[in-house]
Amino acid sequence: MRLVRTLAAGIVLAAALPLLAQGGLTVPRTIEAGSAFSVQSSGSGQGTLYIVGPGQVLKRDVQLGSSVNFEAGALYNAGHYLVFLSGSGDTASLDVLPSSKVADVSFLARPSRLPVGLRDGITGAVYLFDSYQNLVTKPTTVDFQLSTPGSAAQNRNITTRDGAAWIAVDSSPKEGAAQFIARVGDIATKRIIGQVPGDPCGLQMTARPAGPKVALETAPVRDCSGNAVPDGTIITFTESFNGGQTTVDVPLKRGIAKVEMPAYPGATITVASGVVLGNQIRWGR
Amino acid sequence: MSGRLLALILFAATIVFVVIGTVWPLPEAVVFAGGGALANDTSSPQAALRSFGDDIHAQAWGKAYFSLANRAQFTLPQFMADMMGYYPNLRTYSGLDTFEIAPVHATDTDAEFHVKLHWATVVGDAVDNRDVHVVKNGDRWQVDWPFTKQPVLPPQVIPVNYLRWDVIYRGAGDDWGAADVEQPHVKIIDMHPVQRAEGTFIMGELLNEDVVPAYVSVTATLLNKSQQPIATEGSFDKISHLLLPKQVTPFFIKFADVNLSQVGGVRMTPFSTLIPASADPVIEVQDEKLDTSAVPSLSGQLVNQSGQIANVAHVLGTFYDQNGNLVWVADQYVDHALLPQTPVAFNIHIPEDLAHKIASQRTVISTFNMGGTA
Repeated sequence: MRLVRTLAAGIVLAAALPLLAQGGLTVPRTIEAGSAFSVQSSGSGQGTLYIVGPGQVLKRDVQLGSSVNFEAGALYNAGHYLVFLSGSGDTASLDVLPSSKVADVSFLARPSRLPVGLRDGITGAVYLFDSYQNLVTKPTTVDFQLSTPGSAAQNRNITTRDGAAWIAVDSSPKEGAAQFIARVGDIATKRIIGQVPGDPCGLQMTARPAGPKVALETAPVRDCSGNAVPDGTIITFTESFNGGQTTVDVPLKRGIAKVEMPAYPGATITVASGVVLGNQIRWGR
Repeated sequence: MSGRLLALILFAATIVFVVIGTVWPLPEAVVFAGGGALANDTSSPQAALRSFGDDIHAQAWGKAYFSLANRAQFTLPQFMADMMGYYPNLRTYSGLDTFEIAPVHATDTDAEFHVKLHWATVVGDAVDNRDVHVVKNGDRWQVDWPFTKQPVLPPQVIPVNYLRWDVIYRGAGDDWGAADVEQPHVKIIDMHPVQRAEGTFIMGELLNEDVVPAYVSVTATLLNKSQQPIATEGSFDKISHLLLPKQVTPFFIKFADVNLSQVGGVRMTPFSTLIPASADPVIEVQDEKLDTSAVPSLSGQLVNQSGQIANVAHVLGTFYDQNGNLVWVADQYVDHALLPQTPVAFNIHIPEDLAHKIASQRTVISTFNMGGTA
């Protein structure tokens, strides 16, 4: 009985093998992501065509010997694909390349805030993608532009390598929100970089009597590029007299810091901000 | 068998002691348990003062007040305010832990004592020093309390025009490539390790070199000669955590049980993050005096120049030698609220062996507002 079954199975297999063995595939070697293409099979009978690749699998029932058309957008992830007919030993391969048309410019700009006049202080990196978010590896020119209101814009063109390009630029000597733009063709991505004043420069104060006290007031506090130091910056007034000392940390308001301190004749008054020292006043007797 | 007998004996002894403690408790235990007050002993100046202290400890304000010889000079609420303040402050949630009595002089009719009241606060021991007079009225001694009238703010509206920073971080709607707000840039501008009997200390100063306020802290890791970590500690509260732009804070990190001779390197890690903050209140440090005598200290007065009440003030003193090198960092919490334009004294203790090296100092104040922002 077992022998009969084995013989029957052998006969069925022998009948099927010539049918599958007739298969053959003709596919384009490369296509652009999202473009239409066709696969030509050979032989006769029914079969199932598989296209397997990175993150995507296509399956179609086919009449062997005919051509199978894939519409635009059917295969869109760039990479190496394997094409085969089920049950057949016939395989082929297909490379899907990123589109040469850039659809998206991903732009990383760092930092979002930095002091003015910092050499190579701002870095920008772009990654170019097609409309299917494939990295566009074809060398492409990226136009970087950093512009600060009231200051000349900095322009640089960089060609991408393996889909990426990066740049380092100096922060402007003028404070303000700079627009950092990366542009490819008519596609642009914008980032805002806050350029803030640096340390106070030439810190100066004046003193005048105010009843029993002495009124101290700084001149408008600016950095070495002439930018107004922002309000809230701490200005430290220190009055030394006869072995004693009075200290006040005053935040800038409307560009100046002012305070009233005890008026000790002969006292020495100094002003500072962070590690920057200002002038010194000796209060008269 | 002997184990069971021992357990039985211990159990029986415990029961006996519990009964004894319950039926005949020590008077001090009653007070400390909050179960009642001591009977006033007014037979001697010391006893009267101790009874008064026990009443304060038990927060039996009325009993303490009515035991005073000079109670006609102030009311019970004023007496309570003298102890705890009218406005929320460090003492508001504290209790009297212990008190020390040191006799100064005594006669048949009066006596003088120096009293140290140790208040247990959330930041540790807060000491209140008072010179107390005790007088004899008839056959009993009574405390003549050195009442200090607490300042009161009259009802008023104080206009302020202070700066404030708020922070908006990146959200779900932002492009993935868009950078979040930059964290504040801070820098350690000074660092000095020192060996003391208690261990190794790392002191230094941290500068906020940015234009935005920063919440800061510092962590130090001690490395051995092979550059392997020995211990890591943080500055905890020995730093002013809120730094406004260009503000400098000292920091102080203690490594108990580590000897400086074991240390081959120190790895400093400053931390900073953005924080919504206000530039108010502005605190003036007035009449600072550096006393390098027998009990060295830095004393002075804090004056709140703003309209906002600062409930708790933390004074951090940085001490330098003649060359401007860092010698020591010390701090003190002020246990009174800082009312506008009302001076409050502070006194920071300086180690005696370091006092002679100190030539100058810098004082930084950080304040905390209960129920408000920093």
